[in-house]
Amino acid sequence: MASASTSTGFDPRKHVGVRAERATNVSSTDFPGYYPDEDHSWSLEQFKEKLQVKVQRLSGRSIEFDLVGVDASIANAVRRILIAEVPSIAVEYVYVWNNTTVMADEVFAQRLGMVPLNVDPTLMEMKEAVTDQPTDRNTIVFKLAVTCERNKSAPKDSTDDSVRFVNSEVRAGHLTWVPQGEQGVVFAGKEPAPTNPNIVLMKMRPGQEVDMEMHAIKGVGKDHAKFSPVATASYRLLPLVLLNHKKPVPPELAHKFQKCFSPGVIRVDPVTNEVSVDEHNLRNETMSREALRHPEFEGCVELARMRDHFIFHVESEGPYAPERLPLESIKVMREKIATLKRAAEGLLVADSGDGDVQMADA
Amino acid sequence: MENVEDEEWIQMNKTEWRGLGLTDPIKSVEDKWLLLPAFLKVKGLVKQHIDSFNYFVDVDIKNILKANNKVTSDVDPRFWLKYTDIHVGFPDRTDADAIDKSVTPHECRLRDTTYGAPILVTIQYTRGKSVVRRANVNIGRLPIMLRSNKCVLTGRSEAQLARMSECPLDPGGYFVVKGTEKVILVQEQLSKNRIIVETDPAKGVVQASCTSSTHGGLKSKTYVATKKGKIYLRHNSIHEDVPIAIALKALGIQSDKEILLLTAGNSEAYKDAFAPNLEDAARLGIFTRHQALEWIGSRVKVNRRMMGPRRPAWEEALEALATIVLAHVPVVGMDLRPKAIFVATMTRRVLMAVDDEKMVDDRDYVGNKRLELAGQLLALLFEDLFKTFNSNLKSSIDKVLKKPSRTNEFDAWNTMQFQGDHITAGFVRAISTGNWSLKRFRMERAGVTHVLSRLSFISALGMMTRISSQFEKTRKVSGPRALQPSQWGMLCPSDTPEGEACGLVKNLALMTHITTDVDEEPIIKIAFMLGVEDIRQSTGTEIYGPNTFVVNVNGTINGLTRFPARFVHNFRRLRRAGRVSEFVSVYINHHHRTVNIASDGGRICRPMIIVEYGRPMVTSEHIQLLKQKSLEFDDFLRQGLVEYLDVNEENDSYIALYERDIVPTTTHLEIEPFTILGAVAGLIPYPHHNQSPRNTYQCAMGKQAIGAIGYNQFDRIDTLLYLSVYPQQPMVKTKTIELIGYDKLPAGQNATVAVMSYSGYDIEDALILNRASLDRGYGRCQVLRKNATLIRKYPNGTFDRLADAPMDENGQIQKKYDIIQMDGLAGVGERVDPGDVYINKQSPTNANDNAFTGQAASVPYKNAPMTYKSPVAGHIDKVMISDTENDQTLIKVLIRQTRRPELGDKFSSRHGQKGVCGLIVNQEDMPFNDQGIVPDTIMNPHGFPSRMTVGKMIELLAGKAGVLAGKLQYGTAFGGSKVEDMSRILIENGFSYAGKDMLTSGITGEPMEAYVYFGPIYYQVREPLPSLNCREFNHTPSFIRVQKLKHMVMDKMHARARGPRATLTRQPTEGRSREGGLRLGEMERDCLIGYGATQLLLERLMISSDKFEVNACQECGLLGYNGWCPFCKSSKKMAQLTIPYAAKLLFQELMAMNVVPRLILDDA
Repeated sequence: MASASTSTGFDPRKHVGVRAERATNVSSTDFPGYYPDEDHSWSLEQFKEKLQVKVQRLSGRSIEFDLVGVDASIANAVRRILIAEVPSIAVEYVYVWNNTTVMADEVFAQRLGMVPLNVDPTLMEMKEAVTDQPTDRNTIVFKLAVTCERNKSAPKDSTDDSVRFVNSEVRAGHLTWVPQGEQGVVFAGKEPAPTNPNIVLMKMRPGQEVDMEMHAIKGVGKDHAKFSPVATASYRLLPLVLLNHKKPVPPELAHKFQKCFSPGVIRVDPVTNEVSVDEHNLRNETMSREALRHPEFEGCVELARMRDHFIFHVESEGPYAPERLPLESIKVMREKIATLKRAAEGLLVADSGDGDVQMADA
Repeated sequence: MENVEDEEWIQMNKTEWRGLGLTDPIKSVEDKWLLLPAFLKVKGLVKQHIDSFNYFVDVDIKNILKANNKVTSDVDPRFWLKYTDIHVGFPDRTDADAIDKSVTPHECRLRDTTYGAPILVTIQYTRGKSVVRRANVNIGRLPIMLRSNKCVLTGRSEAQLARMSECPLDPGGYFVVKGTEKVILVQEQLSKNRIIVETDPAKGVVQASCTSSTHGGLKSKTYVATKKGKIYLRHNSIHEDVPIAIALKALGIQSDKEILLLTAGNSEAYKDAFAPNLEDAARLGIFTRHQALEWIGSRVKVNRRMMGPRRPAWEEALEALATIVLAHVPVVGMDLRPKAIFVATMTRRVLMAVDDEKMVDDRDYVGNKRLELAGQLLALLFEDLFKTFNSNLKSSIDKVLKKPSRTNEFDAWNTMQFQGDHITAGFVRAISTGNWSLKRFRMERAGVTHVLSRLSFISALGMMTRISSQFEKTRKVSGPRALQPSQWGMLCPSDTPEGEACGLVKNLALMTHITTDVDEEPIIKIAFMLGVEDIRQSTGTEIYGPNTFVVNVNGTINGLTRFPARFVHNFRRLRRAGRVSEFVSVYINHHHRTVNIASDGGRICRPMIIVEYGRPMVTSEHIQLLKQKSLEFDDFLRQGLVEYLDVNEENDSYIALYERDIVPTTTHLEIEPFTILGAVAGLIPYPHHNQSPRNTYQCAMGKQAIGAIGYNQFDRIDTLLYLSVYPQQPMVKTKTIELIGYDKLPAGQNATVAVMSYSGYDIEDALILNRASLDRGYGRCQVLRKNATLIRKYPNGTFDRLADAPMDENGQIQKKYDIIQMDGLAGVGERVDPGDVYINKQSPTNANDNAFTGQAASVPYKNAPMTYKSPVAGHIDKVMISDTENDQTLIKVLIRQTRRPELGDKFSSRHGQKGVCGLIVNQEDMPFNDQGIVPDTIMNPHGFPSRMTVGKMIELLAGKAGVLAGKLQYGTAFGGSKVEDMSRILIENGFSYAGKDMLTSGITGEPMEAYVYFGPIYYQVREPLPSLNCREFNHTPSFIRVQKLKHMVMDKMHARARGPRATLTRQPTEGRSREGGLRLGEMERDCLIGYGATQLLLERLMISSDKFEVNACQECGLLGYNGWCPFCKSSKKMAQLTIPYAAKLLFQELMAMNVVPRLILDDA
């Protein structure tokens, strides 16, 4: 392995090895004491120097950015907080006045809860305890009153239910906001509503109706998935394809070799059939490990991933613009650190006391 | 050098391949499996039940009437009443004042009534001097099988069925009796009227037995058995075993030479073996037929019911031989020769079996089995009820006719109207209790019917294909339980329960049919026309001649043929041409040198493609026409392309499994290999890759899966109904799934599974679930429970009533009545908390006081409310008010609970791998792959090595490929999507060919060192624990979770120090519900003995249990009282001792049985 590493450039300090049947060197080793006679103590300057954040792609719904130069724990913290601790608003209480549809109240209530709302959580307060009274600061009220009827003007031979009936589907757009107290002013300009009005919540037929009132509150994803502001937030490590210069890919197999990777990752020279890696497209490699399966490529190539290069992919499914999400998560993280710091300082102070420390609910 | 794989690819893409162009016709019959949906379209999934019922209603009921068509009077010899016709009408409403008489099965389910139709007869009878004819006289009501030809659902379109609240995918085949759905299970029996040779190696007995059954159900069993080297005929109606020579002589074969010829034929070995029997007769001095008859006559059990002169013995013998012994062999004009030949054949079979052990028959061979269906059982029941009806009718007619003077002319029709509902009640009683006790036919069977299990669609379907054996479950024999090779294609090899009924309860395979009776007269005629010589003209020389084959029709010997192959071939041609019913089977038995024709009901058969001249008769053109719907399955039958083979004929055929296997001798081709599995086993993807027991486990578990029950599931009010909130069709389907409609009524969800270890809470098959998946609706289900009550009217004129919620002294409504509305019923949609009243019923205090004559309105009432008992709150789903057949108001309230998966809930995949949820993990803690996909479920890989469910692994692979390619994959048995193709799809989409993904730990954020098998597997939810959740609905999370756990523990928690004792034994009671003690069992006792903890033993087993002080006499050892021995009449040697009360009870019980237990006392 050692010889292969030198000829391919695999560096166990920087890279995670991707072998045919297992991954190697998954943990980082750049901490003090791991390598004798080397100083790996943390320094802000070094960290600042190494840290890079670069947005690769941004759309209305999602963002892809690179986070380079941090430990997996930091990247993971960002990911975890995005999923579980960045607050958002969702329907929590449903008061049913009437429901004559085929869907049971509880099931419909669960579906209503899952509808993402566009309310900016910063404008609202968390309902701390169950016993808290709903106020205009912590609760947003929606109404849903839909009745399905026959469409009298529909052509006789139509078979399309959306033509034959009025309101054959209850959609998220049917939710209507009922301003409470000073909410009319607070939310002026951006009325609370579902982010996507076309989510089908239920199908109805003539004679059926629903009439409900909903209270949406602020919450976090670890309490219920409906409060998670992201559809998903995840990262992967930057893939690396390390060619062995001592053992080049046989030219007649160059195209087959190319097919073992994602499109654009491997270039084949049209004249010499020599293979090379397109560094620019390397991030598109899916790491199918196909090249490692064929015995004819044995020793020609090694696969690896950069251990400190995290390619984040975050899909927003709530009030936040995708580019805001990483910042929000950092904000939450800083709050958590602050809490921890307070508690640690409290420990120092409390040394003289009875030893019990009152910690804030983190 | 080109790559091998690429070369293949180029080969396949060539316009010409193996000399054939792409447009050239394909030689093999592609898609011949399409015959299967065509078959199911015509026959339906439960055709056996429906065909059998139709046969009873259309044919058999008329035969029964014909056999019992006359009622006469003992009083007036001129009176007679004749039934000329009978038919069953269509189901109607029995309510007297109904205008619309039509009724649907669903109405019967809801109203707890019986879905039945009137049985109408046409009668002719004498009234005075004239003969009167009346048509459509109602004699009773018959419960109607759903989807039979008398059912209103038959032939209806989906829209029409929807209007009747009926599910189009429901197979029918069951009855609705008093609101419950009842199935008459298929019963397996040994075939009737056939000779079966058995041995008892322990006793060295060889016997040929034959159970005779003629129409009318009279059964008797005749044996020809060896005893001490000689052969005897044995029958229940003869006291003593009849030496076979005497029996044959009595049957009219007088000469010893002829007897020898008929039994032993020309074979020397058989002759030697048989000779002692002839000597035996000679020694007894029996030479003539008369002597033989006298001998038998003196040993016949005689029915002494006939008045009149005592008949001579030989006459009794003759009657017994003609009518009781082997009753199924026809006797025309006292010609007993066919019967004699039958007995001789039985004897010969015994001789053959004695000579060669291989000639012993296999009782478990499916060809020797007959399946009894609803139609046959109902026919028996009807015959019994009808006979009773007629005898009741006769006695009431006699009663009227006995009266000397009548004011008006006697009309038997009036009497008939007052016969009550004997037939109706008889049917309803039999079907609802399952007890078929027909004294007339010596039939006593319990558990014939079962309540149709509606736990899931599959459980209902599985029940309809179930076959129960008559064999008792307790016997520990392997033979009847073993998988028989002859079950191939007829009975599912996988679907059988575990435990005591293992192998005894079977299930039909997908493409089987069970025959109904076909009239044998015309078949016998055809046989004679095809050159069969009448058996009555033949002697032993011909019968056992070197080239002759005996022709049997339904087990009765009918004739001889010298050209069996030609005869069978010609017969089959007639059958393929449709001249003989397609269900008549004909085959050659080379061991017995017989040609057997069978037309009796209850044989299992299945269709197969006919192969002639090495080519299947069904060609691609036929399949094309089938696809265009211009051909149906019956056309294939009619055109002689496909035919039904029963097990016996199948055994005489040469069947190719695949087209490539056809050789010149091949006679048939299988339609599709996966039809050897049944409907339930057909749900398993890739079952041919699994270890066989896993498929069997899955068959049991698939029935418990919670899913959709039917399109009408929200209209039903069942006692208990489990429904899945978001059922999904499986990503990996099978053809069976599509055929039975499991994709439309699924029970399960496609879960993304990571096969890895996680947290340690996944040992022993436990599963890890993703909390976010549960939040989003994974595994969520609803439990609907029926609560019914009657608002009764009592005989004394009083009645129950519903009352609105009572007020307390403050004018407030009590909490437990808060959901009761003005009508005394809970409002639909209201939440019911434990202890809430949902039907506020009140009963009169004097309901059972029959002497009460006062005003019904003024009676005092007491509360009799229905209270919600479950510890978990529910919601009122439905309230129904109706009335039953006897005018009582019926109220049904359906209460719904919605449950989300929790710790301890059971989940299972489709490969017999069940597991409980061991831990619920937050989404952020779950591992994720490069795409950010998080598993719904984590399964421990230790589930694989010992279970060897490779099918599950392939399901994951195929499912993953399906997800990536955006289509469903197939895992059909013996076929399905190939692993190679699945891997190719994975590679094309940038995944590893093996299905293993590189995951990142959600906890550390580092990549995992192992690649994890990751993809969707179809998971089913089973038995959710009751819970108090659904926080989305007006509730708060933490509060509920705490309460729920509390309830779970409260349900189970139990301890006792002192408490109630059973009256009989004075030992502590058993069970939590009776506040019982915790038993120190035998094994615990063994432990204490091992420790030598005698004092503890004494305390646990006696002092803390049922210690009792007794007085015992040291003299006589008997128990006394008050220091007095009543036996010795003394108090000198009395001792007091402590024994368990149970021991004292035992002594007294022994004494009651004339056993004296004496205590020998010694000082300790």
